[in-house]
Amino acid sequence: MNASALINLFLFPGLLFAVPAGWFFVWGEHKAVARMQRRIGPPLLQPFYEFVKLLGKRTPSRHGIEADLLRIYPALSVLSLLGALALLPVFPASLSFSGDGILLVALLELPSICFILAGFTSGSIYGEIGAIREAVLSVANNLVFLLAIVTLAVTRDTFRLADLAGPTWNPGHWIGVLGILLCIPAKLRLNPFSTSSAEQEIYSGPLTEYAGAALGLWKLAHGLEWVALTGLVAALVLPLGGPWWQHTLLFVAVSFVQVLLLSAIAAATARFTLERAIRFYWRWAAILAALAVLSAIYMRFRA
Amino acid sequence: MSILTQLMHKSRSKSPSLFHLNTGSCNGCDIELVTCLSPRYDVEQLGIHLEGSPRHADILCVTGPVTRNTLEAVKTVYAQVCEPKAVVALGSCPASCNVFAGSPVIEGPLSKHIPVDVYVPGCPPHPDAIINGIARAAQILADRGVRPESKGEAQK
Repeated sequence: MNASALINLFLFPGLLFAVPAGWFFVWGEHKAVARMQRRIGPPLLQPFYEFVKLLGKRTPSRHGIEADLLRIYPALSVLSLLGALALLPVFPASLSFSGDGILLVALLELPSICFILAGFTSGSIYGEIGAIREAVLSVANNLVFLLAIVTLAVTRDTFRLADLAGPTWNPGHWIGVLGILLCIPAKLRLNPFSTSSAEQEIYSGPLTEYAGAALGLWKLAHGLEWVALTGLVAALVLPLGGPWWQHTLLFVAVSFVQVLLLSAIAAATARFTLERAIRFYWRWAAILAALAVLSAIYMRFRA
Repeated sequence: MSILTQLMHKSRSKSPSLFHLNTGSCNGCDIELVTCLSPRYDVEQLGIHLEGSPRHADILCVTGPVTRNTLEAVKTVYAQVCEPKAVVALGSCPASCNVFAGSPVIEGPLSKHIPVDVYVPGCPPHPDAIINGIARAAQILADRGVRPESKGEAQK
């Protein structure tokens, strides 16, 4: 293990940067939605206060394997997202190995799987309904997400993240980025794809039975998901080079612009039914993504 | 007070999550509570937000005079809210049963069944009064922490 990997994991874009950034992005989303509804919105430290408050709550006593599993799922989500963040190719000299793009996709998917399993393990009917919805939606949006990643990989002829980072003139790259952007609202469970945690229908979905520190970890994982997914897009579109502080600031700025954009979509749309959300991904987005992959392969053979 | 205790105190008073429980209310108080979330009053600026699950809540907001049908639900939901918690009785009904006092199907007032921290009287109370009541409950919650009488027992 070398120093660069440790810096990626613990300093930037890992733990020390990602946790405050996650709270900041969650605040940004709430504040942006509030401003669009002509409200004032929460204070800056709100997500942090909420996390500390949840650490101080007494949780229901549970025993047996379910109790352990319910504790493991949120911790596993946080850890896998920290791993995904460490892999993000923010700097040109960042540590990268062949095929780390595939590892990144797997690590980004793990929290969603944990979310589904948590719903089923909790034994609550609302948790189960939420878990089913999340599972179906995850299958739908991952088709497009994976095709977008494949388009990027075919365009550059590699799965190595350091080679995928940065913009090119190739249209395949931009179509791939657009595909990832289309999937982010579903991966973050934002409107119009918030069916799995629809609070007016099924309380909090899979998290209904969660309380205290475990719930705090889920909220932290959600913040990290924001940083990881918007950070992935930022790393793909930002030109490499320039002094490190300038690049870091640009990285945060591009990520935050996406937060505002996604909040605007969330504030302007109502929740899709599950069927409609699937139709969106399988019918429209998947056709576009398949065409993108085919055209990328065709252009490679022509070149 | 150590820094950690101070931080916990501040966090508790700054982010109260509400769970709204209707125990046979006429909907007047419920509408006024929802008004607090609207752009005109916007309680989110105080960190107050409504939660869907009692497990996630700190403050239980009860409306209605506690009818016989809802009594068990009141006790269950109160037990499901994790410590530290506080209870706010919204409107005159949970405080005194209001015009329903003496009815054979009313089991109120609320304080007969669960401990109440803040009463917000009115029929219905003004949204400003409700926000004041919730802010006071958040302060009580932060000052008291876990309720002394429930320190020994396990959370249900």
